[in-house]
Amino acid sequence: MSDLASLTGSNLAKDLRLEWRSKDALNAMLFFALLVAVIFSFSFDPTAEESRQIAGGLIWVAFLFAAIVALNQAWARELRNQVLDAYRVSPAPANALFLGKALGNFIFISVIELLLAPLFVVFYNLRSIGPGYQLVIVAALGTWALVVNGTFFAALSLRTRSREVMLPLLLFPISIPALLGMVEGTTAILTGESSPRLWISLLLVYDVVFTTICLLLFETVLHAE
Amino acid sequence: MRPGFLIYALATMALLSYALYQGMMVAPTERTMGEIQRIFYYHVPSAWTAFLCFIANFLASIAYLVRRNPKADAFAVTTAEVGVVFTTVVLITGPLWAKPVWGIWWTWDARLTTTLVLWLIYVSYLMFRRFSTGQQTATLAAALAIFGFIDVPIVYMSIRWWRTQHPKPVIAGGAGSGIDPEMWSALLWNLAAFVAFAGLLIWVRYRLERTRQQIDELHALQALASTEGTLTR
Repeated sequence: MSDLASLTGSNLAKDLRLEWRSKDALNAMLFFALLVAVIFSFSFDPTAEESRQIAGGLIWVAFLFAAIVALNQAWARELRNQVLDAYRVSPAPANALFLGKALGNFIFISVIELLLAPLFVVFYNLRSIGPGYQLVIVAALGTWALVVNGTFFAALSLRTRSREVMLPLLLFPISIPALLGMVEGTTAILTGESSPRLWISLLLVYDVVFTTICLLLFETVLHAE
Repeated sequence: MRPGFLIYALATMALLSYALYQGMMVAPTERTMGEIQRIFYYHVPSAWTAFLCFIANFLASIAYLVRRNPKADAFAVTTAEVGVVFTTVVLITGPLWAKPVWGIWWTWDARLTTTLVLWLIYVSYLMFRRFSTGQQTATLAAALAIFGFIDVPIVYMSIRWWRTQHPKPVIAGGAGSGIDPEMWSALLWNLAAFVAFAGLLIWVRYRLERTRQQIDELHALQALASTEGTLTR
């Protein structure tokens, strides 16, 4: 167990260091999400009241698209210099690689969300009526839901033609319940009309179920020949 | 193999015709919806058949991951394809029935939306198989099938919660509880016929997939033999 934890830690540290030095994924995501935010505000031009109703959807769709940008690059690094092949023949547990990668993506996307949340507040005149701290819970659970399956499916689509197209095609249909939970939970908090508890528990169940399946199946996928 | 298939195909055709007769002629006309309700005998059996196909796909995918038998993989791709076809039938007959009865083509109700998401998930599964290259396709697709199947109950629950938060659209009629015994028998005949028909499609498609696998294997062996030949020379 400590073996898994320390190897996950070193995988994560490697990914963070690489990203810190290159900032490829962060820059691309940041600019992409910014563009989506601007284009959405052109296309809808809502009032403060309307934007409270639709902001949940806008924010999460923007982050979903941005996450695809990062997830697509997540494994590309490991293909260079045959890192994945080296990992396959090493005795290190496959799940350490997966968890390190997923945690890394989780951190990158959370950073983007933290940086861009103020921008959405400014562009859409947002002011939450419900308790704002709950937004953090919805964001954390929702981001993990996207990232855990996204990291897994990115590993699947590595072995396909035109893999960059493949990832959203796989990820979007399966993420529909998570996306619904994020959007409805956020809207419930922003409008203060209903309790987001149901949506938080949905996200929690989704996270637990799919994290378990990812951990059960990742080794099979990594070693698939 | 040949005569067995022929007998099965003829039996399926007979069953389909008898079920058609049952649905169109024998079953009584529904009081409020009228003749349009007869689409029920195609809509509901298609939905159940599609579900059976996806359950079979799930089991075959697990079997493939455990046993690594190419037959299980052939069965998985076959059932997914046939399941998508029947889900498409459900998604087409549904709005055709809903428009005259509910007054709308579509509503984001739990069952409709879940069926649509189900269709999306398995289309993405088939697209993945199509785009995937190399020997690992079967393993990766089996993993994906498990994700898809487990997602379905979560989708259903989430849509139900979503809809209880909003006002429900006007839903009148719909074959709910307590249908006429003759309607029941027509439904069951059609269900049997559709399952048999799906079985027929699966049979044909499975043979085709097995042949494709064997040809691929031969090609691989041939390529191997030719490289060995050049090496020894």
